Amino acid sequence: MLPPPAERLTILGWAYKNLFRTWYDSLLTLLSIGLIYLLIRPFLTWLFITARWEVIQVNLRLLMVGQYPLAEVWRIWLCLEVQATLIGFSWGIWLRGRRLLGVALLLVPVGFAFWPGLNPGARLNLFVLSVAGLAAFWFGRLGGAKLRRTAVIAWVLYFPFVILVVRGLTPRSGFFPVVPANLWGGLLLTFLLTVVGISFSFPLGVLLALGRRSRLPAVRWVSITYIEVVRGVPLVTILYMASTMVPLFLPGGENIHNVIRAMVGITLFSAAYLAENVRGGLQAIPQGQYEAAYALGLGGFQTMAYIILPQALRLVIPVLMGLFIALFKDTSLVATIGLLELLGISRSILAQPTFIGYQREVYLFISLIYWVFSYFMSYVSQRMEIALGVGSR
Amino acid sequence: MYLDEDRQRASRPGETPIIICRDVHKWFGHFEALRGISMEVQKGEVIVIFGPSGSGKSTFIRTLNRLEEHQKGDIIIDGIELTHDVRNIEKVRMETGMVFQQFNLFPHLTVLQNITLAPIRVRKWPREKAEEIARQLLVRVGIPEQADKFPSQLSGGQQQRVAIARALAMQPKIMLFDEPTSALDPEMIKEVLDVMIELARSGMTMLVVTHEMGFARAVADRMYFFDEGLIVESGTPQEIFQSPREDRTKLFLSQILTH
Repeated sequence: MLPPPAERLTILGWAYKNLFRTWYDSLLTLLSIGLIYLLIRPFLTWLFITARWEVIQVNLRLLMVGQYPLAEVWRIWLCLEVQATLIGFSWGIWLRGRRLLGVALLLVPVGFAFWPGLNPGARLNLFVLSVAGLAAFWFGRLGGAKLRRTAVIAWVLYFPFVILVVRGLTPRSGFFPVVPANLWGGLLLTFLLTVVGISFSFPLGVLLALGRRSRLPAVRWVSITYIEVVRGVPLVTILYMASTMVPLFLPGGENIHNVIRAMVGITLFSAAYLAENVRGGLQAIPQGQYEAAYALGLGGFQTMAYIILPQALRLVIPVLMGLFIALFKDTSLVATIGLLELLGISRSILAQPTFIGYQREVYLFISLIYWVFSYFMSYVSQRMEIALGVGSR
Repeated sequence: MYLDEDRQRASRPGETPIIICRDVHKWFGHFEALRGISMEVQKGEVIVIFGPSGSGKSTFIRTLNRLEEHQKGDIIIDGIELTHDVRNIEKVRMETGMVFQQFNLFPHLTVLQNITLAPIRVRKWPREKAEEIARQLLVRVGIPEQADKFPSQLSGGQQQRVAIARALAMQPKIMLFDEPTSALDPEMIKEVLDVMIELARSGMTMLVVTHEMGFARAVADRMYFFDEGLIVESGTPQEIFQSPREDRTKLFLSQILTH
């Protein structure tokens, strides 16, 4: 059978069909256009004419890395360059068909290189970012599926690498001095909280999910208690507890910096939610899968690792990605315990006498940053679902 | 259907049976699913178990690899007694392959990975050896060209043949079949039965829960009729089909053979 003939419509034809077919259609269309214009015009006027964007320009470094020492900022660039390489590499392997979008994405840093008021070093680094990303993209496309394992291992190693490079190794006078956590700030800190939160809460959450289904009553009750207690408490209160109550539980705990405490708090919090999502996936696996694995002689651990978990996790990718996006945005709550991540540093910038009254510009800017990265994560999640065939096999 | 009878493998007295069950009982809560099953199977024998649904036949073969735990009686497989000892259970499971009604292939793995997983992880074979044997088995079950597909891309009959190959890859001494053709469309039953007949003729010890009487006639050494958790009657296919002793057997056979 042939498909019904496609209707070919010009823009004018479309507009006539959908907007002006009858007199009241036309009336509604005109009214709507008028309303939209009235609503949007003041915003556009503000965006392009009234808004004083110099507040972003002047404080760009603070917003990005907080008070991270200028002499060590190259380490952040190094992390970003490795990150761009990894993104390009992975894109080349998994999303080789999406060449145009990939190249466009990897050229974004070059676009930013023309941002007015940047220092030459930053411009150079932005160029390096794009070049590294594009080179890795090309390399990944050449290698294709063979390189998948390499890419996954590289991503796993990347997270400890970032922590090590940002924090440093040697005492203050050495080549690679430690930058104390109280100097981490801005978008950098937001990222670190997210990365640490995801990479520690994931294994912890999976263990809790398995524990909740364990046949050993002690393990099961510990898991259930943990999950239900944490899920009954708002994140903000957990963060307050982490920042004020740790010394009560841990003698000498006052030496642990608030950043670390916040990381622990976020990890413990999201592990409980993750556990419940993973449990949902585990429950969706039919009993026959366990039986087939046991009948082949696989032990309990092997059955979990090779048969059950891979299927369960694949089922819950969409929910887990949603959880990770929420975690990324929830890191803004650490501003309430005085940390200077993206939101915290914005508030401290706005508290300076020079920048009082610049709220709209600053908040719009950081909202945009949150949106861009959330959307990117959401896009990656959709692609992963398609690549892994969630719901189709 | 399968009329060429070659049953030289009739039980040889004097050898230790590979499967010994003595007075096996199994309860689900208050319901007694198995009420004292005793059976001995010699190496190389093909046993067909049939009976109405709920008669305990599936439960019985599932106790043989401990997918169900029996509460009373003894089960000894190839000299290993099935007890709570996990090492014994694992040994028995390595020696027995099982094919399920619903195939139970691993949907996230390709056909080849489905077959090689247990040999690599349990038998600790190198991947090359496991894959070579897997490919040979796929030739044997007649689908060598499907090695890199996922189970969902295959027909029911093909999936069940992969499941047979997967069980055979562990080189078991005994194969258990739990209604292997009941979930198949009629036109796919023959391709699975052909594989099972070839396997029976190659000398594999097989316990098959099935209502495929053509298969029983062709290759079974003995048949057992189960009802309400008991063995009602047993004998060679000839005895069962031509002169059943019990009324219940006659009734059941007339119900499944008349149409």
